[in-house]
Amino acid sequence: MSQTNVIPEFVSRQSFIELDGRRRAQSLFDEGMWKELVDPFDKMESPWLPLQGITPQFDDGCVVIKGTIGGLPAVAIALEGAFQGGSIGEVSGAKMTAALDLATKDSVAGKRTAAILLLETGGVRLQEANLGLAAVAEVISSVLALRPHAPVITVIAGTVGCFGGMSLAAGVSSYVVMTREARLGLNGPEVIEQESGADEFDASDRALIWAIHGGEQRVGMGLADALVEDDTVKIRRMIHEYVHADLRPEYRSQQVELYRNRIAALDTSQQIDPMSLRYAWNNNAARGRL
Amino acid sequence: MQIEYDYPAAKRRITEKAHVGVVGSGDMEVLMEPAQGEGAHVSITTSVDGFQHSWKAVLDRFFSKFDGAVNIRINDAGATPGSVLLRLEQAAEVINS
Repeated sequence: MSQTNVIPEFVSRQSFIELDGRRRAQSLFDEGMWKELVDPFDKMESPWLPLQGITPQFDDGCVVIKGTIGGLPAVAIALEGAFQGGSIGEVSGAKMTAALDLATKDSVAGKRTAAILLLETGGVRLQEANLGLAAVAEVISSVLALRPHAPVITVIAGTVGCFGGMSLAAGVSSYVVMTREARLGLNGPEVIEQESGADEFDASDRALIWAIHGGEQRVGMGLADALVEDDTVKIRRMIHEYVHADLRPEYRSQQVELYRNRIAALDTSQQIDPMSLRYAWNNNAARGRL
Repeated sequence: MQIEYDYPAAKRRITEKAHVGVVGSGDMEVLMEPAQGEGAHVSITTSVDGFQHSWKAVLDRFFSKFDGAVNIRINDAGATPGSVLLRLEQAAEVINS
């Protein structure tokens, strides 16, 4: 056996999680067919962070790249998880909303432009309070305006995950793509523990957290659409597929009755385990496996 | 905290610009752009008070080898002197390549 044969695949593949937000967004586009809008040289920083003794970032942690994916127009909006936990503030929120609205404008004019949201975020930036909350509302309404005209694809790769207000933006998107390392939830584990105690949810129990918020479980429950490996080539291929996909006739966020009935039907007299919830909600637990 | 330095001896004309790094814990980002006039100017925004002598020492060392007339802007989230020098050299590499 030659030596190359014994090198496992996880060594030779290019990790997506290890890329920063900017490189993640760049990696999705056709070679040389993209450009960044409002880049760091435009110096659109948060005006609020320095007032609180916090160093801002020149792109406010939001990277917007326009280009083509498999020949079709697309815009990728990446939140940088390493900067302030990927939190959404006034400037990053405005960049996101403006990019989505321009994609809607082009799509309505007949040039279907898909949007890809690369979300690594804890939600609203607490230092910008109401402005961050307003940004979340604007992003959600912009996603809702775009999705009847072009796919809105959320990618949660990890390791920050997608929580708080931005999990709602993920919830209303056309498609959600996750890795096993990624997490998706409205309240993060530490918030739940803080509000309801460690008996309710132990934020130090990683197995528990991933069994509930993890990509495998979210896809298994049918709350996300695709589980991919942490591999730049595979994620790129998956995004390519969704950018070219037909628009959905109905979205999860419209299936209010279905989800109300499912929650009402849960037997809370005993502890519900993640695997039985996958069977009950999705009737196809295999979807949550790679 | 805001720190400013001038390096008037750095006069080589520069045409490229560079951006490297992320304002994550223990890291920083650098913007390097051609200066309008002669000489280089460095402007640092940092969340860590003090260490002005360390900043000066690292920048002095960087400009002992680099002579480009650039405006440098740094957003720092507690990068160590070693990381600061590496980020600066990384930006210089982008500009010179």
